Amino acid sequence: MLRIIKQRLAYNGLPAPTLEQGIRVIASRAYSTAKEMTVREALNSAIDEEMSADPKVFIMGEEVGEYQGAYKISKGLLDKYGPERVLDTPITEAGFAGIGVGAAYYGLRPVIEFMTFNFSMQAIDHIINSAAKSNYMSAGQISVPIVFRGPNGAAAGVGAQHSHCYAAWYSSCPGLKVLAPYSSEDARGLLKAAIRDPDPVVFLENELLYGESFPVSAEALDSSFCLPIGKAKIEREGKDVTITAFSKMVGYALQAAEILAKEGINAEVINLRSIRPLDRSTINASVRKTNRLVTIEEGFPQHGVGAEICASILEESFEYLDAPVERIAGADVPMPYAANLERMAVPQIEDIVRAAKRACYKSSLLAATA
Amino acid sequence: MAFSATTKIIQPMCINSARSPDKSDTCTKLLSPSSFLGSNNKQFSINKTISPLSRRSATVVAVSSDVVKKKKVQSNPASNLLITKEEGLELYEDMILGRAFEDMCAQMYYRGKMFGFVHLYNGQEAVSTGFIKLLGNRDCVVSTYRDHVHALSKGVPARAVMSELFGKTTGCCRGQGGSMHMFSKEHNVLGGFAFIGEGIPVATGAAFTSKYRREALKEDCDDVTLAFFGDGTCNNGQFFECLNMAALWKLPIVFVVENNLWAIGMSHLRATSDPQIWKKGPAFGMPGVHVDGMDVLKVREVAKEAITRARRGEGPTLVECETYRFRGHSLADPDELRDPAEKAHYATRDPITALKKYVMENSLASEAELTAIEKKIEEVVEEAVEFADKSPVPARSQLLENVFADPRGFGIGPDGKYRCEDPKFTEGTAQL
Repeated sequence: MLRIIKQRLAYNGLPAPTLEQGIRVIASRAYSTAKEMTVREALNSAIDEEMSADPKVFIMGEEVGEYQGAYKISKGLLDKYGPERVLDTPITEAGFAGIGVGAAYYGLRPVIEFMTFNFSMQAIDHIINSAAKSNYMSAGQISVPIVFRGPNGAAAGVGAQHSHCYAAWYSSCPGLKVLAPYSSEDARGLLKAAIRDPDPVVFLENELLYGESFPVSAEALDSSFCLPIGKAKIEREGKDVTITAFSKMVGYALQAAEILAKEGINAEVINLRSIRPLDRSTINASVRKTNRLVTIEEGFPQHGVGAEICASILEESFEYLDAPVERIAGADVPMPYAANLERMAVPQIEDIVRAAKRACYKSSLLAATA
Repeated sequence: MAFSATTKIIQPMCINSARSPDKSDTCTKLLSPSSFLGSNNKQFSINKTISPLSRRSATVVAVSSDVVKKKKVQSNPASNLLITKEEGLELYEDMILGRAFEDMCAQMYYRGKMFGFVHLYNGQEAVSTGFIKLLGNRDCVVSTYRDHVHALSKGVPARAVMSELFGKTTGCCRGQGGSMHMFSKEHNVLGGFAFIGEGIPVATGAAFTSKYRREALKEDCDDVTLAFFGDGTCNNGQFFECLNMAALWKLPIVFVVENNLWAIGMSHLRATSDPQIWKKGPAFGMPGVHVDGMDVLKVREVAKEAITRARRGEGPTLVECETYRFRGHSLADPDELRDPAEKAHYATRDPITALKKYVMENSLASEAELTAIEKKIEEVVEEAVEFADKSPVPARSQLLENVFADPRGFGIGPDGKYRCEDPKFTEGTAQL
């Protein structure tokens, strides 16, 4: 029996009529507990549990304390752990990211929150040069168990300087681990793994996913629940085309897969979860099965995550490809403010469906082959 | 050269380092609980004593709000007024425009016509009007995301700003920038930056250009730049870097701090080791001035001095305006952390009411004239909304325009020719 759960998507002040049709069909896994959790609650509980388990974990950032978090992710933590462990900072990203790195050098486990990853550009020198490269430069003497987290990518109507996706930039740097969760289970498991990890982790969340609810299994609610870093998840099994995505685009990919299923294309959707290290074996195994690939990302196309995946496929599974790889990315322009232009600048479900059909040679422009 | 006061009686007091007792009195008054209350959850007692000013070559000036107010009320001869009737009406109209526009923005946001981040300027109009109305067209203004009123004061038409907020193609940036990115080449508004602190180096660069034109290109250029930013920005590294360079190279810039005591939910007192921002000017070798930012006339007097100083080539000034925002940080901010008593206190110091009172008490204009201005502005703002409503949304092809100024940047097309030679080159490479 199929249980149909309707997703309520909360967007800040922006009416979203098209997303009312987002109906999640849970076929393969029936959760007996059927507990739902928003991504926001998942992140909050993950930080909470890690802070209570290890007194060396602290959280630092703008508005994380009294304001309860700019996006309410750190709600209640100040009251629970006090101002020594939940620190409100002045507006100095370079300063407090550097302070976090220094604390990590000396054995503490900071969680640095950037209000959005756009602001991390003011601190990028510390993320790359002080954090990522230290273990190497010191020949293993100094490890940096730090987590940089915050919302990444486009929100709704916030303009060019607030909508940049940094997955590609951070993932190109050796020494960093870059994670991008989608569901609440991803968020919980990956954040706990990140905090426990001895290396610097860049944790890319998505503002529009914070309010989304996902079912969580009893196993995920356990306080020692962790997801492995570097392993992708196959969200939906299929055999005709592989679609890789991360963060918000996973939701779009799953919806596109539903539409494609009605047209006889059985898509396999991979949730990357970890951008660095990229789970090349899972992606390649999937492509060897389906022989076609569509990569999706919200960020800019040039030198993006999709470009790296294409290269990986070409290097390892070239003979298995039956069609050129389709790469869907955000438009190659700074994010415009006007609502209609913004919609065109970010991949939509129709774009994914079209690309998948092209990959399967089922688009109307080319001769149809079964 | 000391930061000299003008010869009029009712003037910001010029207090040099010799008169520190007077100043520390003012400072204590500024920091007393009755003035502003900072964080609600924890009472922060200001334990540090105000250190006496060290004697420096650059004079430190502080304007005490209460002292000047007292003086103003006592002596009231007509010949000693700070403004003429025309100036008074101009200032009033500009402040009313700022207030009415921002209130309309709030209405439109809650009706869904505006979206994303909208940061309103209610309560701070005296700073924008006091400074920008003294500038010429060629002088530059650089601001942060709270930039609607700066753009309006500088002369960008209300309909262009409103259309921009609605995301229409008739906006000042054709709908591509949005609330936080108001640019106007014609009026020399250099933005509108989302990251605080980002605008300060840009403004310093504009001032540098002015100096460069004068000295390297030998042009006749005395353009001044104003950089507006808040109290939160004064903890950011870029601010200090630019104070240093502006003073070092004597750039024609005025750094205007709109200290409204709050950075989203972070009280200035909780975030800053020494909350007196004006002090950071002399540390870098420029005068630091503190002024009551809720009084447009005081702001204007200080602005006149600072701008004239910059135009004469004497270098930068740091002006800290004590002001307050009546609304939350943005329209999405629930504004729970600010004490209602603090808000009420500042509501009584509304700059528009203060100017109205001054104008009427000194018989500069009648009630009828002021009401006529209010009506006129109401119509301007409503017309702006209608214009924005009727304007078209951007065309699909606009998505790919203006990425580069040089279209050759799009490279070579599939047929081997430069894309810019293709008559459809502005469509770029995406499939629309």
